[in-house]
Amino acid sequence: MNNKNIKAGITVFPGSNCDADVYRVLNAVFGVNASFIWHKDKIKDLKKYDFIVIPGGFSYGDYLRSGALAARSPIMELVKDYAVKGGITLGICNGFQILLEAGLLGGVMLANDSLKFECKDVYLKTLNTDTPFTCAVKKNSVLKMPIAHHDGNYFATGSIIGGLNKKNGIIFKYCDEKGQITAGSNPNGSLHNIAGISNETGNVMGLMPHPERSSEKILGSEDGGWIFKSMIKYVKEK
Amino acid sequence: MTKKAFIKVMLKEEVLDPQGKAVLSVLKSSGYNNVKDVRVGKYIEIDMEDGKSGSLENEAEEISEKVLSNPLIEEFSIEIK
Repeated sequence: MNNKNIKAGITVFPGSNCDADVYRVLNAVFGVNASFIWHKDKIKDLKKYDFIVIPGGFSYGDYLRSGALAARSPIMELVKDYAVKGGITLGICNGFQILLEAGLLGGVMLANDSLKFECKDVYLKTLNTDTPFTCAVKKNSVLKMPIAHHDGNYFATGSIIGGLNKKNGIIFKYCDEKGQITAGSNPNGSLHNIAGISNETGNVMGLMPHPERSSEKILGSEDGGWIFKSMIKYVKEK
Repeated sequence: MTKKAFIKVMLKEEVLDPQGKAVLSVLKSSGYNNVKDVRVGKYIEIDMEDGKSGSLENEAEEISEKVLSNPLIEEFSIEIK
């Protein structure tokens, strides 16, 4: 299967602002056939897509709570249906917040413990490489990607964390350059340094850092590309 | 009959409230040293009638729980007039 035969859908809400970055990376860097899906597009389902990306931004101006309004928009009903049937779904930053609010992932994002908008490169330890989003990554790899968020302080109840641990659902943790998971390398106060999690069936992942902003050498890191390479590999081998 | 539901949503006590902290620090630097803590919440007014889940009270409760608040971190109270 050629990459151009892989169809990817990128959801777009009022206030999404990483949609064009994801589009560029998928089409221009990886040669995938990616297209936008406007939140009001009149479509029946998403089954023609090999995977869906919910990009970052400030959907609906972060009104009410980050991701809360987008999570209840018509297109998310289709994403829920797609994800429940096993469709590969990646939410990045605000996309992660939307997946939490939609109930496709467990937990919630609080404001960063620094009380500041954090915009910088971070390091991520890959804890589970047996997922559609990390199958091309070497286990325990340390990936460098940027974060840019105000509400990225992941919090969940003990039972949600227990469920994540049981299914290896904690995919990425913030770490230092050497891969040590330390308090100092946690940029936002996230519980257990959590940066990325998946659902029970492993086909939905939320990731706070931005792989689409770190998939080209000119942007200072190509490590984010491993997420998209993994998804492409997974679709090809499926 | 249309009534108004007044809904207050607050972060739970144990959840960090950055807006409250920022307002607290401004009040203190403005000389209000008697201020000990500030919490900032949301206040929502809804004009509504009895709806699909029965009484207006029940529906306001449902809206507050499912949409207006996130039960993991927030709590709400409702007043109907």
